Amino acid sequence: MASILQLHNLKKHYASQKAVDDISFDIEQGSIFGLLGPNGAGKTTLLRMITGIFYPDSGSITFDGRAFDPENDIIKIGYMPEERGLYKKMKIGEQAVYLAQLKGLSKTEALQKVRFWFKRLEMETWWHKKVEDLSKGMSQKLQFLITVLHEPKLIILDEPFSGLDPVNANLIKDEIYGLAQRGSTIIFSTHRMEQVEEICDHIVLVNLGKKILDGTVADVKQQFKENKFSIKLAGIPAIVEDKAYEIIDQRANEFIMKINEGYKSNDVLQHFIGQDITIESFNEILPTLNDIFIHLVEGTKSVTRAFEKQS
Amino acid sequence: MNKIWIIAQREFLSRVQKKTFLLTTILLPVVIFGLYGLIIYFAVKTADNYKVAIADNASLFGGKIESKDDIKFEFVKDETINSLKEKVAKKELDGYVYVPKGFDATKGDTISFVSGKTVGLMNRQEIQKRIDNAMQERKLLTSLNINKKELDSLQHSNEIKFATVEGKEENDTKVGISYGVGYVSGFLIYIILFIYGTMVMRGVMEEKTNRIAEVIISSVKPFQLMMGKITGIGAVGLVQFLIWITLTISLRVGMVLLFPSVAESNPSISAATHAINEAKNSGAMNSILGGLSDVNFPVIVGCFVFYFLGGYLLYSSLFAAVGSAVNEDPQDAQSLLLPITMPIIFGIVIMTKAVNDPTCGLAVFGSLFPLTSPIVMMARIPFGVPNTVPYWQLGLSMALLIGGFLCTTWVSAKIYRVGILMYGKKTTWKEMWKWAWRKN
Repeated sequence: MASILQLHNLKKHYASQKAVDDISFDIEQGSIFGLLGPNGAGKTTLLRMITGIFYPDSGSITFDGRAFDPENDIIKIGYMPEERGLYKKMKIGEQAVYLAQLKGLSKTEALQKVRFWFKRLEMETWWHKKVEDLSKGMSQKLQFLITVLHEPKLIILDEPFSGLDPVNANLIKDEIYGLAQRGSTIIFSTHRMEQVEEICDHIVLVNLGKKILDGTVADVKQQFKENKFSIKLAGIPAIVEDKAYEIIDQRANEFIMKINEGYKSNDVLQHFIGQDITIESFNEILPTLNDIFIHLVEGTKSVTRAFEKQS
Repeated sequence: MNKIWIIAQREFLSRVQKKTFLLTTILLPVVIFGLYGLIIYFAVKTADNYKVAIADNASLFGGKIESKDDIKFEFVKDETINSLKEKVAKKELDGYVYVPKGFDATKGDTISFVSGKTVGLMNRQEIQKRIDNAMQERKLLTSLNINKKELDSLQHSNEIKFATVEGKEENDTKVGISYGVGYVSGFLIYIILFIYGTMVMRGVMEEKTNRIAEVIISSVKPFQLMMGKITGIGAVGLVQFLIWITLTISLRVGMVLLFPSVAESNPSISAATHAINEAKNSGAMNSILGGLSDVNFPVIVGCFVFYFLGGYLLYSSLFAAVGSAVNEDPQDAQSLLLPITMPIIFGIVIMTKAVNDPTCGLAVFGSLFPLTSPIVMMARIPFGVPNTVPYWQLGLSMALLIGGFLCTTWVSAKIYRVGILMYGKKTTWKEMWKWAWRKN
């Protein structure tokens, strides 16, 4: 599939530090893309460059096959920033129409789209309410609606599920899948790794302004696998130890083991089959994204940097 | 451009549709004029038919005290203090003056005025003045031994006429009216700058604290958001002022119809009190009308609108920049605002000098320097274009104001685009200065 967005050697420096330091990657059309990184890694700066709020110091962005032109491409992008809010005193319906107009829709078009989405997300009765009367979850839903109502080609969501209950989170998740199926590309930025694992096809991890990981979720997991397996046996075997593996953990008749270099999983199975013990299950344990994230980020100065950025 | 328009529309409508807007816009002039009306009504009412009896046993006044409209003096004979007291008690009289036989002011005797109720300040002054006049006239007539006609001709004061070298005659009232109009318009500009400037600032702060700024900035440029806000609020200001002016005029007309006597002596209640006092002294009402027609109102109104818009645009973008730099704590705004309020206050200080001496160096400087020119120039213009303010000064001042406005908008826009996305910590002027000159 064609790429919707390509970043080529993007750099953005602030006075004291490099917020984004030479980052390149491609995002395929119709994919759900996870942009991960600890606080202060440069994610927000990167997203702001993609949305045309900031200009890169050097490097270029290709959007939809052409050089990115913020002025005209903005209508094809929907951005839900991490720091988000709405006019408290304005009626919700009017507000949604206003923000849609600012995207570049005409008034009638905006009205029609807002009506459609209000109905879809079961928010019709809210039209005349004010934002200050909404709960946090409700305004989150409204915020999502405003981001996607013009069905942009590229949707950027920064922590979209914060403050949502499981029911509404699922509703939004389904909408995200739906939008992706209809051809929108979604960039998803979060710290919640289990959501990334569940939703994203492709991830990029940035830290200290640099890209440190890029690939599909499955590839990344393969890349970081530690040859760990879990095996469940019908009983405890006479000889547990073997040179092919090391036992890491044991729970009754279930063993977690790491296969030593030069051996294969078949060697393990043979060892137990040779003792005539029934093997009930045998699984490879892949690392979770959470483990990978912590493994890669821990020990770097990312946390200190997050504080420096504030000052 | 289109997006600026959409933003300006929202800013305008969201403010105009508020109840507080209607309240302040319509109620304020009504309340002010209502108070005025009440004051004048009571002033007119209490003054009528005050009856005073004069028992002049020493013939101090020669039977003549100015007795007209509101206060009537009546000379009585064969009345004793007691009989007069009784009449006051019966409300046949409001007060009396009893001058005993052998009264001699040179020996320290004093006249006392006795009344049923305490006498109001206005009446008290009037009574004092008339009794004084009568006594003085009497004294002069008897001691100089001349008749009334001769005395009048002696007392006639000579009026001095002031004229410029160009031969144009200027009367006092014109200068007085120019002073009044200049003062009021300079002050109005000052108030406008503050009211609508802070309105812009609060609007920006609202967007920032509500965290809506980044949502909007992802669809429009920061500059468009700022300009849209400034335009919208500027329109609110214009509309509010138009309503105030129309209301003021119609209420004034209404008041003239209600109190014709007031209108006669008070053609311009708020604007030209100085002129009126002068006119009262010289007793020539016509000169006020002449003075008013000498003041070139179309030019003043035209310039007022120009300096209103120019000054507003110049300062509002600065207010927007400050608003963008402030975080949740409105206290921060105070210290950041200081450098902006300083020139406005300087403007007012220079203006008070300019209305007294509209051609002095400081006034000329103040009316050219863009940060003070809206206030100071408006104080000078009523004195006459091109007499007091030559065309070149007016032109230069306007050009500098436009230049200044472009300049502040450019700088503010750069501060704004950084500030609006900056959260957390307090900003200093030093940092804002850095933002202004940083590229992108």
